[in-house]
Amino acid sequence: MSNIPYILEERPDTGLNNSKLGVWIFLASEVMLFGGLFSAYVFLRIAAPEGDFGYWGSKLNVPMATFNTLLLITSSVTMVMSWASLKLEQFDKYKMYLGITILCGLAFLVVKYFEYTSKFDHGIYPSSSTFMGIYFTLTGLHVLHIIGGLLVLIFFWSKQSDKMWNEDKDLLANRIEITGLYWHFVDLVWIFLFPILYLL
Amino acid sequence: MSNDHHHEENFIQKYVFSVDHKIIGLQYGITSLLFLLFGFMLMMLMRYQIAYPETVIPYFGEWLFAGSGGVMLPENYNTLGAMHGTIMIFLGVVPLAVGAFGNYLVPLQIGAPDMAFPKLNAASYWSYFVGGVVMMASFFTPEGAARSGWTSYPPLSIFESGQTMWLLGMVFLITSSLLGSMNIIVTIVQLRAPGLTWFRLPFFIWAQLVTSFLLILAFPPLESAAILQLMDRLVGTSFFLPSGLVYAGSPVEAYGSGSPLLWQHLFWFLAHPEVYVLILPAIGIVGEIIANNTRKPLWGYKSLVYAIGFLGFMSFIVWAHHMFLTGMGQSMSAFFQLTTMIISIPSVVVLTAFFISLWGGSIRFNTPMLFALSFLPMFGIGGLTGLPLGVAASDIFLHDTYYVIGHFHYVVAPGTIFALFAGIYYWFPKVTGKRMSETLGKLHFWPSLLFMNGVFMPMFIQGLAGLSRRMYDGGQQYAHASDVLHWNEFMTISAFCLGAAQIPFIVNLIISLAGQKSDDRNPWKSTTIEWSAPSPPLPHVNFDSSVEVNHGPYEYSVPGQDEDYCPQTSP
Amino acid sequence: MAGNSKESIEHHIKIYINVFISLAVLTVVTVAVSYLEVSFIEAFFIAITVATIKGSLVLCYFMHLISERQAIIWLLVTTLVAFLILLFIPLISLTDQVGGW
Repeated sequence: MSNIPYILEERPDTGLNNSKLGVWIFLASEVMLFGGLFSAYVFLRIAAPEGDFGYWGSKLNVPMATFNTLLLITSSVTMVMSWASLKLEQFDKYKMYLGITILCGLAFLVVKYFEYTSKFDHGIYPSSSTFMGIYFTLTGLHVLHIIGGLLVLIFFWSKQSDKMWNEDKDLLANRIEITGLYWHFVDLVWIFLFPILYLL
Repeated sequence: MSNDHHHEENFIQKYVFSVDHKIIGLQYGITSLLFLLFGFMLMMLMRYQIAYPETVIPYFGEWLFAGSGGVMLPENYNTLGAMHGTIMIFLGVVPLAVGAFGNYLVPLQIGAPDMAFPKLNAASYWSYFVGGVVMMASFFTPEGAARSGWTSYPPLSIFESGQTMWLLGMVFLITSSLLGSMNIIVTIVQLRAPGLTWFRLPFFIWAQLVTSFLLILAFPPLESAAILQLMDRLVGTSFFLPSGLVYAGSPVEAYGSGSPLLWQHLFWFLAHPEVYVLILPAIGIVGEIIANNTRKPLWGYKSLVYAIGFLGFMSFIVWAHHMFLTGMGQSMSAFFQLTTMIISIPSVVVLTAFFISLWGGSIRFNTPMLFALSFLPMFGIGGLTGLPLGVAASDIFLHDTYYVIGHFHYVVAPGTIFALFAGIYYWFPKVTGKRMSETLGKLHFWPSLLFMNGVFMPMFIQGLAGLSRRMYDGGQQYAHASDVLHWNEFMTISAFCLGAAQIPFIVNLIISLAGQKSDDRNPWKSTTIEWSAPSPPLPHVNFDSSVEVNHGPYEYSVPGQDEDYCPQTSP
Repeated sequence: MAGNSKESIEHHIKIYINVFISLAVLTVVTVAVSYLEVSFIEAFFIAITVATIKGSLVLCYFMHLISERQAIIWLLVTTLVAFLILLFIPLISLTDQVGGW
C-alpha cells in the first residue's frame, strides 16, 4: 500500500523504518521459540541420569558439524557482503555474493542430510534417547529455518531482483538487509547449537 | 476521495482476501463471535450433563452421542471440557480482543491509514482461520477431538486420542497471534499521526501494545512445547514421559527420563501472561467507555499506563502459582506467592482509577456504559477470589475445585466478555454508521448480568465444599459434596437462561444493520481520533482529511470551552 | 545505521572480513578445546563463553547492532530477560522439590 508511511525512510522520532522494527520483533519471538527448546534441553539434561546426555552426545559427528559451522559463517559474511555491494551499487557482485550464500546454505543441508541418514543407518532415531530426541528436534527446527531462508534468498537471487534493481534500488537494499538479519539470526542459533549439542 | 490509487477490486479481493485492516478486523470479529457461540454451546451440553448425569440429552443426544444411545460418556465430557476451554480462549476471546478490536481500532485511534504490514495482517487472519478449521475438523476424525483439558498435561495427553490435531491447530493459532501482535507493535510505534506523542495515546492503545508484547514473548515457548509434545506423540520420543511409567496396566515402551513438569513450566510460561492477554484489551475498552460516558478525563491516566506496563512485566514471573501441587519446594513457592501478591497491586490500581473516574461525573447510562460499569465489580470479584489461589496453603485445598472455575470465569466471562460486548455496542456506529437499539441492548444487559452471576456464584460454594472440577457426573459419586450438589441444577438453568439472554443481542445486530445510516460521525461525542473519520472509515485510507493531533486523549469538560469535549484533532 | 556513504561501506567490508576470520578461528578453538581432557564444568564454561563471543560478533557487526537504535537494543534486552527467566526458574524448581511423591 503506497499510502503507508515509513516503509523505507526512517521515522524521525523513532529512527526506524517499519520493516526493520518488524523483523527485530519477529527475531525476538524466534529467540523465545528456540529459547523454549534450549530451556527444555537444559532441564532434561539435568533431570536425566548422570552421563546419559554425554554418552549419546559422543555419538554425533563433530568434524561434519564443524564443517557446517564454517559453511554457515561463510554464508553469513557473504550475505552481509551482498548487502554492502548493493549499497556500493555493484549489482553483479551482489548476485555473486548472494549466490555463494545460497550455495553454502544448500551445502549445509546436504551435510545435514548425510548426518541424519548415517544416524538412521546405525539405528539411531529420535526415540533412541532423550538426547537424540532433543538433538533431532532442535536441529530439525533449525533446518526448517534454513530452508525458509533459502527460499527467500533464491527469490531475491532470481530475475525478480533485476526487476527490483531497475525499479527501486532502495527497496531492494532494504529487503536484502531484512533478509540478512534473519539469515544471521539462523547462523547465530547454530553458533549456540553447535557447542551444546556436539561438544558438551 | 475514494480508491484513487487502487485498481477496482472485485468482491473476493474486497471482502475475502482483503488486506484492509477494517475488513480483516471484521473477519476476525465475525469468526471469533461464531466460535464464542460454539464454545458456549459445548458448555451448555456439559452443564446439562452435570445437572442430569447419565440421562439422555434431549433433542441432540441421539445425534451427538449415537454410540451410547444419547447418553454422554465420560470421554465425551472430557472432549467437551478440553475443547470449550481451547475454543473460548484461543479461538474466541483472544481473536476478538486482539484480532478484531486491535485490528480495527488501532490504526484508527492513532490516525494511520492501515496497519504497517497489510499482507501480513491478512496472513495472520488466514492462519487463525486454518487453525480454527483444524480444531473443528478434529471433532469429525475417528479419534475425536482433544480430551486432555485445555492445559494438555502429559503424560495423559501423550496417550489420549485427538491430541495431535489439537497441537497442529495450536501451531497455526500461535503463528497467527505472533504475526498479528508484531503488526500491532510496529503500527503503534511507527504509524502514529503527527503530534500523537506517547502520552497522548488513548489508554486502549497502551493496552494493545502491552498485550502484543506479552504475545510476542510468551507464545513462542508454547510453540516449542507443542513441537516437543508432537514429537512425543508421533516420533516416539519421551520428553514428557518419566522412566518407569505404567499406562493402562502395562509399562510404557519409551526411553523415559523425561519430565511432565517441563510441559507445565513451558505451558504456564505462556498461559499466565495469556490471562493478561485476555484481560488487558478489555481494560482498555472499559477505560475508553468510562471516560466518554462520565464526560471526565480518565483518572490517573499515566498511573494506569505504568500499572499495565508493570503488570505485563510481572506476568512473566508468576506462572508457577499454577503448580503449587507439583511437589514444589518452599523457596520456590514462597517466591511465587510473593510475586502473585505483587501482581495484584497493578490490577487494583486499574480498578481504583476506574472507580475514581466515576466520582462526580454526569454519567450517561447507555448500553456500552452499563456493560463497562458491570465489568468493574465482576472483575473485582474475579480478582479478589484469585488471592486465596495465589497462596499455597489455601491453594492446596482449593486447587482443581469449582472454586477455580468460578474465579477465572468471573475474570473472563462477566469480565472480559462484558467488556467486549461494551466495545461492540460502543464502536458499532463507527463500523457501520448506524446505531444499535438501546432498548434491546438493555434487554441484553440486565438478564446477562443476572444469569452470569447465577452460573458462577454457586461455583464458589461448591468449590469451598471441595467439589472437584473434573467430575463428568457433577460429583455424584463423592459423599462429601452431597450437600452442595443441588446447586448444579440451578447453575444449569441459569446457563440456559444466559444463552437465551444473548438472543436480543443477535436480533439487535441484525436489526441495526438493516437500519438507517446517519451522517453523524461522532454520536458519543468522543475525543479520540477514530471518531473524526467517516463512518464507516474509507477503504485503505480511513480518513478523508489529514490527521494532526493537538490534544491529549481525554479532554472532556475542559473549563471555559463551549462543548464538554475537545477532540484530539481539533486545532 | 550510521553513515551509508561509499567510504563507510568500504570500511564496513574490512570489518566484515575481520569478523569472519575471528569467527572461523574461534570455531576451530572451541572444537580443539573439546578434545582436551577437562572437567565438564570447565568445558561447559569455555564452550559457552566462546559461543557467546561468536554470537556477539555476529550480532554487533553482521546485524549492525553496535550502531542500532536504543529501541531495538531494549527490545532485545527484554527478550533476553524473558529467556533467562524461562531458563532458570524451571531449573530451580528441579532442585527445589518436596520429594517422596
